[in-house]
Amino acid sequence: MSQSLLVGTRKGLFTIAASGDGYDVVAAAHVGVPVTAVLQDPRDASTYAALDHGHFGTKLHRRDADGDWVEIASPEYPAPPEGQVDMEPFRQIPIPWATKLLWTLEAGPAERPGRLWAGTIPGGLFVSDDRGDSWSLVRSLWDDPRRKEWTGGGYDYPGLHSVSPDPRSPGSLLVGVSTGGVWRTDDDTATWALGTGLRNEYMPPGQEYEPVGQDAHRLARCGAEPDVVWCQHHNGMFRSVDGGATWSEITDVAPSVFGFAVAAHPHDPLTAWFVPAEKDEMRVPVDGRMVVTRTRDGGASFETLSRGLPQEHAYHLVYRHALDVDDTGDRLAMGSTTGSVWVSDDAGDAWTRVSAELPPVACVRWAG
Amino acid sequence: MATVHFTKNLDRHVACPPERVDAATAHEALDAYFTLHPGVRGYIVDEQGVLRTHVNVFVDGTQVADRSVMDGPVGDRSEIYVMQALSGG
Repeated sequence: MSQSLLVGTRKGLFTIAASGDGYDVVAAAHVGVPVTAVLQDPRDASTYAALDHGHFGTKLHRRDADGDWVEIASPEYPAPPEGQVDMEPFRQIPIPWATKLLWTLEAGPAERPGRLWAGTIPGGLFVSDDRGDSWSLVRSLWDDPRRKEWTGGGYDYPGLHSVSPDPRSPGSLLVGVSTGGVWRTDDDTATWALGTGLRNEYMPPGQEYEPVGQDAHRLARCGAEPDVVWCQHHNGMFRSVDGGATWSEITDVAPSVFGFAVAAHPHDPLTAWFVPAEKDEMRVPVDGRMVVTRTRDGGASFETLSRGLPQEHAYHLVYRHALDVDDTGDRLAMGSTTGSVWVSDDAGDAWTRVSAELPPVACVRWAG
Repeated sequence: MATVHFTKNLDRHVACPPERVDAATAHEALDAYFTLHPGVRGYIVDEQGVLRTHVNVFVDGTQVADRSVMDGPVGDRSEIYVMQALSGG
């Protein structure tokens, strides 16, 4: 069972730990600086925090087990080919070859110690094989001509928000792009295939299922049965049982199928959690009631979980990286844009608010 | 020679003491400074060498207008200040 929770917020990184019969905020780091991604590598217990200094750019810091925070290399784009200008199709603005946001961090497999993945805005996937001391842009994806069809979503530029390694195969992983679909490689990033079956209702007739146009918000994979992957999508909820190659839509889920976050049970391929908001143009809980939805039958039906969550005039939104489940599948945590963090020790049946005083939460992650 | 100073707001994140550097332009002055303090570079310019959007450079009290080239001359006693815009939130 995880011992602590890392909470990345708009004004620092906070650590929450069990205390007596509850939880407390026990440590703060990088106070005042936006923390956009956080990872504790289970292979060596080192912790990584991506900082967005705004005026001064995006930086990456690492804290070795029992060490202090140190700044390490941040993923940087190479120089673009002479004369090449990538245009964002919707906004018709140039896409910079420069890291605007470090959006997600993932550890590589045990067979490749030191390997890390980073997803960024404007859409580059980066790999490190030395614990973040150096990074390389994965050119096979960046140079794929289909990338030119990626668009901005909430941000001006496309963003790669999910990296989901297949624990069975060191060379296999899925990545999710908003907006740019779900991409799979099985040959250690040499080639990429787009997942199909995702649906963007808002696209013009005939383009709803265009794989590269899909606004996947977040991917979550079942560790024990890695062919099962869940996707919270701009348009709804989806599930794959073939490792992200094809997707099936989950419909008619109360109170809403819209949201950003999804967590997959680490052992049970039929169980996942979502945190619904009303809809695209109304990003608050339906009727001001904060709830989590849980399926235990592969998406055929859902329970609405509300015990311990505010049920009146609650306008929290949970961002895509702000819901996490630990390796037992029992302990969940989520943080909101209004600075609340909740923990559940019983798979979401009941929630305890640890704090309502934190800055807006970007990401939460269970750590050892 | 010119003296390069940085906003105190940056000193929180990376050591950036004032330094006198040998340079004929603001661009050369910053490059010379980054050679002395490599960790500062990424806070001031992005990976393509472009001055970050909200960072401004002043030479002897005048803001450098050409943010990408910064090839205006600096004198032997020039004072170069690297500032950042303020924003709320």
